[in-house]
Amino acid sequence: MDFYVLGQQIVNGLVLGSTYGLIAVGYTMVYGIIGMINFAHGEVYMVSAYLTAIGLAVLAYFGISNPWLLIGLTMVFAIVFTSLLGVTIERLAYRPLRRANRLAPLISAIGVSLILQNYVQLSQGAKNQGVPTLVEGVFRMGSEDHFFQITYMQMVIIIVAILAMAILNFVVQHTALGRACRATQQDRQMAQILGIDTDKVIALVFGIGAALAAVAGVLITLNYGSFDFFVGFVTGVKAFTAAVLGGIGSLPGAMLGGILLGLAESLFAGFVSSDYKDVFAFALLVGILIFRPSGLLGKPTVEKV
Amino acid sequence: MLTRFPRLALSIALVSWSALGHAAGKEILIGVAGPHTGSSAPFGLQLWKGAEKAIEDINKAGGVNGSMLRAVKADDACLPAQAKSVANKLVNTDKVNAVVGHFCSSSTIPAAGIYRENNVLMITPASTNPRVTEDENYKAKDCKAITDKAKQEQCELSNYSVIMRTCGRDDQQGVEAANFIVKELKAKSVAVIHDKDTYGQGLADAMRAHLKILGQKDPVLYEGLTRGEKDFNAIVTKIKAAKADVVYFGGLYAEAGPLLRQMREQGLKASFISGDGIVSNDFLSAAGGVKFVEGAFMTFGADLRNVPTGKAVVESFRKSGYEPEGYTLYSYTAVQAIAAAMKGTGEIQDGRKLSKWLVENGADTVMGKINWSPKGDLVKSAYVMYVWDKAGKYAETQAKKL
Repeated sequence: MDFYVLGQQIVNGLVLGSTYGLIAVGYTMVYGIIGMINFAHGEVYMVSAYLTAIGLAVLAYFGISNPWLLIGLTMVFAIVFTSLLGVTIERLAYRPLRRANRLAPLISAIGVSLILQNYVQLSQGAKNQGVPTLVEGVFRMGSEDHFFQITYMQMVIIIVAILAMAILNFVVQHTALGRACRATQQDRQMAQILGIDTDKVIALVFGIGAALAAVAGVLITLNYGSFDFFVGFVTGVKAFTAAVLGGIGSLPGAMLGGILLGLAESLFAGFVSSDYKDVFAFALLVGILIFRPSGLLGKPTVEKV
Repeated sequence: MLTRFPRLALSIALVSWSALGHAAGKEILIGVAGPHTGSSAPFGLQLWKGAEKAIEDINKAGGVNGSMLRAVKADDACLPAQAKSVANKLVNTDKVNAVVGHFCSSSTIPAAGIYRENNVLMITPASTNPRVTEDENYKAKDCKAITDKAKQEQCELSNYSVIMRTCGRDDQQGVEAANFIVKELKAKSVAVIHDKDTYGQGLADAMRAHLKILGQKDPVLYEGLTRGEKDFNAIVTKIKAAKADVVYFGGLYAEAGPLLRQMREQGLKASFISGDGIVSNDFLSAAGGVKFVEGAFMTFGADLRNVPTGKAVVESFRKSGYEPEGYTLYSYTAVQAIAAAMKGTGEIQDGRKLSKWLVENGADTVMGKINWSPKGDLVKSAYVMYVWDKAGKYAETQAKKL
């Protein structure tokens, strides 16, 4: 086996997987805390892609041209607005249904997803939108026509994804805020009795999930250079799959699931057949769920008697 | 009391006026079907803009046989199932007289079945898959033996297809691409990528088949990618490893753009060729920059914006702030053909009579004079090779040589 080609496919898979992982966090946190699948999360990511383009345009208008400053400020801009969107969605579409049948918020989530998708299409147009390439440059290893490479943008994606996950993990494990999250997750009623404002915690979780989707949105948009109102769908499905693969409800599981899914897709497409890469990825998912029904790092739910 | 009376009179007048209008039933409805949601929506817009403009122009000139045309918009989202229900709705609920559309071949083929059943003329400006006009159940009947005149006419009529198109076919398009790859690019190894859709894979297969006829060795790679995704780095690495010097892509711009970008990012210098699925300025934004699309080739029908017969229409489009790119003018042509057939026959509903007239007489359109085979394909449809340039525009390669 050619070392360069194998290395390249692993890089491809890691980059793809990191983006899946970042978005998967939103699915996994929301599921962990209120046990619902937020199907609108893919569209939240899509909105953040549009916010990226808007942010870049506004900053360019003010004459900022340093690429790193641009990326940083755009990310702040996208995170702020996307988190607001996440919190708003929770407030309008899910909180009123908190005590309803389990299926009601699920349908509400699909509704939100359709509303966002159609709203963006109607307001921004169905056209493909492009953003300029900010970070150029590439690291290559090997000879002139036989090499292995990783672009600086790809490095940024992997590093930022790891950083974001590390920060989030620290927040959840070692701060008062994280403790409140975990308490709400374990027993919402009890947490409430002990003085935790669970509504606020749940809203916060939606905000955090959306913020990570925004990080992914900015990175993916800058890396692939284009997006349209439909990008949330496929990416959302893949990220959800990653969350399930890693064990839905588990934070490290989301990242692990994302990276595994990305690697599986890349390696299978690269060495077997890209026609069947999704078949393989989902077969892998089914296989893992058969032997570990709660995913790789998920904790099995204990039936309380 | 006093004020109530005039209101009553007014409402009676209104009712009788609308009843009259309805009784006359003079409006001719043209269904315009294409994707208005989903990732192919920009193409749906092209079809709609073209048809809308043609209808406006025809109405301005007095309509067809004294009746005005009206467009009925239908969104099939390029989903085969939705295309079927949209076709049913157009035929049974809206009761359209003829249809312009659909866009994606995978939608047009199932929808065509419904138009055939209901004998409604459908002209697609964009679906290039051969199966659109090839009806499996169709067998030309020999009508000479029938003695009864009326029955013989009926029999002859049934030999005409209500499914027609104003664009070419992928088997012609693939031939043009294969010729170019072998003769102009002198390719040594070709990689063929498609999007697993009726149109994309059909086109890729047609091209591949002609490569074989030209004596080229088999493609070094033949792979499908998934529509809707943006990351094709795995496939690109594979193309690189296969050492292809030409990459042929059968599919639409939304995937072609990122694919080409990632090829260039990975330092792959192979030529890139695709078909009419990337004829849109959106290809540029999908690739995320001019420097990525520069030098990309594509096959497409003659650019109607340069045909002398279409000059006035193109200018009028531009005046309204819309650039009639891609299929816009093909859609305009389809409406013109429908109107011409209705004028010629005096018939507005019977699809087979309309198509028979079109096959026999042809039509004068913005494309110039065009003629159809009884199957519904254009008799003459030359594909031309285009190349994208530094400025993000496309032009015919031949024109460049001159």
